[in-house]
Amino acid sequence: MAIVNDEVDAVVVGLGWSGSIMAMELARAGLKVRAIERGPDQTSEDFAYPKPADQYGYDKLYKVFAKPASAAVTVRHDTGGTALPTRQWGSFCPGNGVGGAGLHWTAVMLRPTPTDLKLKTYADEVYAPGQLQEDMQVQDFPVTWDEMEKHFDFFEKVCGQSGTTGNLRGDIQPGGDPFEGPRSNPYPLPALEDTLNCSMFRETTTKMGYHPFSNPSANVSQAWTNPYGQNIAPCNYCGFCSKYPCLNYSKASPQTTILDALKLHKNFDYKTNAEVTRVELHDDGKTAKGITYVDETGQEVFQPAKMVFLCSFQFQNVRLMLLSGIGTPYDPMTGEGVVGRNYAFLSNGGVSMFFKDKEFNPFATAGATGVMFNDVSPRAGFEDGVKHGFLGGAKIHSSQSNGNPIGTPLPEGTPGWGMGWKKGMRDWYGHHMKISITTTCMSYRGNYVDLDPTYSDHLGNPMARITFDWKENELKLQQYLKDICLKIKDQLGPDSYHASFLKMDSQYDLRPYVSTHNVGGAVMGDDPKTSALNKYLQSWDCHNVFVPGGNAFPQNFQANPTDMIGALTYHAAAKIVSDYVKSPGPLVQA
Amino acid sequence: MTRKSGSSFGRRGFMLGTAAIASAAALGVPFESVRAATVLDQAAPDLASYTPGFFTDAEFRLLCAITDRLIPGDGDGEKIGPGALEANVPVFLDMQIGGDYGQDWYLKGPFPKRPSPLMGYQMPYLPSEVYQRGLKLFADAAQAAHGKAFEDLSADEQDAFLSDVQSDKVDFLAMGEDYLSGSNFFGQLWSDTKNGYLSDPMYGGNKGMGAWIMIGYPGARASFREWVTQHNVPYPLGPVSVQGMRA
Ligand SMILES: Cc1cc2nc3c(=O)[nH]c(=O)nc-3n(C[C@H](O)[C@H](O)[C@H](O)COP(=O)(O)OP(=O)(O)OC[C@H]3O[C@@H](n4cnc5c(N)ncnc54)[C@H](O)[C@@H]3O)c2cc1C
Repeated sequence: MAIVNDEVDAVVVGLGWSGSIMAMELARAGLKVRAIERGPDQTSEDFAYPKPADQYGYDKLYKVFAKPASAAVTVRHDTGGTALPTRQWGSFCPGNGVGGAGLHWTAVMLRPTPTDLKLKTYADEVYAPGQLQEDMQVQDFPVTWDEMEKHFDFFEKVCGQSGTTGNLRGDIQPGGDPFEGPRSNPYPLPALEDTLNCSMFRETTTKMGYHPFSNPSANVSQAWTNPYGQNIAPCNYCGFCSKYPCLNYSKASPQTTILDALKLHKNFDYKTNAEVTRVELHDDGKTAKGITYVDETGQEVFQPAKMVFLCSFQFQNVRLMLLSGIGTPYDPMTGEGVVGRNYAFLSNGGVSMFFKDKEFNPFATAGATGVMFNDVSPRAGFEDGVKHGFLGGAKIHSSQSNGNPIGTPLPEGTPGWGMGWKKGMRDWYGHHMKISITTTCMSYRGNYVDLDPTYSDHLGNPMARITFDWKENELKLQQYLKDICLKIKDQLGPDSYHASFLKMDSQYDLRPYVSTHNVGGAVMGDDPKTSALNKYLQSWDCHNVFVPGGNAFPQNFQANPTDMIGALTYHAAAKIVSDYVKSPGPLVQA
Repeated sequence: MTRKSGSSFGRRGFMLGTAAIASAAALGVPFESVRAATVLDQAAPDLASYTPGFFTDAEFRLLCAITDRLIPGDGDGEKIGPGALEANVPVFLDMQIGGDYGQDWYLKGPFPKRPSPLMGYQMPYLPSEVYQRGLKLFADAAQAAHGKAFEDLSADEQDAFLSDVQSDKVDFLAMGEDYLSGSNFFGQLWSDTKNGYLSDPMYGGNKGMGAWIMIGYPGARASFREWVTQHNVPYPLGPVSVQGMRA
């Protein structure tokens, strides 16, 4: 028989970004909160200098990531194919343990735009009927800019977001992003310093008529005290950031911004090495009575709770809903059902450039260091999307997230191994910069998540199966972006370069890392026929189950996801505290 | 720089076979700026006296010969930087492949025999098995093609054979192997070789941080607040390692 714990008001599954935010806000409201985290505890002391300054350990051996042996998913390109497991991490790699991926993210922290929130409305206004792909399933977020703004603002203060304001209450500011939505307050802290690639890119793209600005960053540029009283130290540009825990207490993470304050609340506690396997529903299937997890000794434990929060990252959240029978699974044949619907990812690409006479010192950098522009984005005044027949855009940027030597790109024509390779390493390390794209990705009828019929995890439960491939819309966008990047390259005039972009017949490649910006699968919306969650991330089917995370995005915008994930979590928490706790029930009538 | 090249030479010659002796001559030759790191090197095991913990002597000899071509020493030519042998890459490989590398991969079946390469790693093998199978196939194929061991081929012949394995012209799958193609094996070995060459010395390779010195990477210094705004100026300081070596 399973062990049964004492009942809590709220059980939070996963203690990464969204779990930490939700637990904090509920604990502050006086609720009894317990977080259940599958990985180990991880405190900042575990990552004191110089431990993280180890590329092989963190970047190649994935020291602080989830292990494929227990956390793999399967992937296939289309509904006719057989999905295969991610036996090693490749194009994405989920986090594990306290802090989740928030412990080792790159910390580029950027809002979506008001248009991104209402993309369906925009597409209907701007594109002729039938112009976009017939199987595209983009939807509006069921929240407005005005509803979200204060939550972005607060989360950004929690993180000490550093950047240059572009739009302050409607006034366009010099040096910032003129296409950002109006901010109620300037960025909490000034932008990070430019590295050489940043200043070259900034100068060149300004001349070309674009509107570059510093990558907004949650590696803080100056000392910061956040609204929870947590102190973050100024970033020292250590060069070990994306995929590394911070060795300097400078990267906003659950550890540096929330958890120490959360642990002061006596009504909060957490368990580690405890993997949640399902949400237990009452007999009518309309509410949850708690969750079951397997503790570190292998024992099943039932945790009764009045509310359940799935905060276990996008595909894990979708999988737990499917394993627990919450909501109707999506069927790509009929288009019916919602759980698993609208999975989306993102694509990247760029131009690698080599300059004999330039010293980029790529190791001296913050994770978020870079300059980007958002001129190419779904927005009023951007007409090329309509002209070329794609919906979407990209951040076009020159970032220098680290200069660690394994994986150093070398000019085309350099021998792949042998003496020529060695010479290439000597001659070209530190003489390289990149122009990159990070694109939108629309949602489609055939891109979705369900349970794999063949492969199971270490506990014997079916893996999440992702069916995903690039569609014509995204491939056209890539061709368009390639032209722009090559023009910027021409202006910069490198000694040599090579370009890597998707081709019109490219298929999704699981091998190279893209980003862990997986979204959709349990999306938020106004209509329970096309969304699994309402605007408060509340399941339409089980009103005491809430599912914060990238899973809620109906499609992927070009900004990195975490600012939105955090803001949506704050938005939901506020409503739960103000309304749901007093009278539990659906917060939106279907 | 003084190195006990005499003694390590003989043993290395014995270990690697006669053909490797020429390139192993590089072992006695200093390369620029490594001087300060020499002292530290001494803490690392000498490849010549290293007893592999995981690989058999024959496997290790072959690994030494292969990695010696993947990243050759400078020999009598221009002074560039350490080769894989000077950097102790085979020691790194022995420690990693025989350690828990790969224990966290998902290795439950079924395993399709000819999956699309886009799907990434789909073999039923831990790294240890990739190496054991791969080295045997590699050795057998070299013997079949040339009538002698890979170690005994000339450098040019070795390079040509390696290219053939890399491009699957040497076809492991036609030799009775179900999953591990020549290109798979080459890819794994080359990737691990680079890892050993460029990672922190605490993993057994990058002896004396020689590879870092060669490229101008400061290792685990990890503090550049004053430096980040100095554009287009070469960074003046040599590397440090996680365990506190300095060069
Ligand atoms: C290398 C890297 C770089 C990134 N860079 C950026 C960036 O620059 N900007 C940006 O916006 N985003 C970035 N991201 C993405 C960002 O980390 C995520 O968007 C964010 O962490 C998502 O928050 P979350 O709470 O949904 O998931 P996470 O923070 O990952 O937390 C989920 C937690 O749930 C736990 N869990 C999972 N399953 C279970 C279970 N069954 N039972 C119990 N616990 C479970 C996990 O162990 C984990 O701790 C990056 C991600 C990675 C990996």
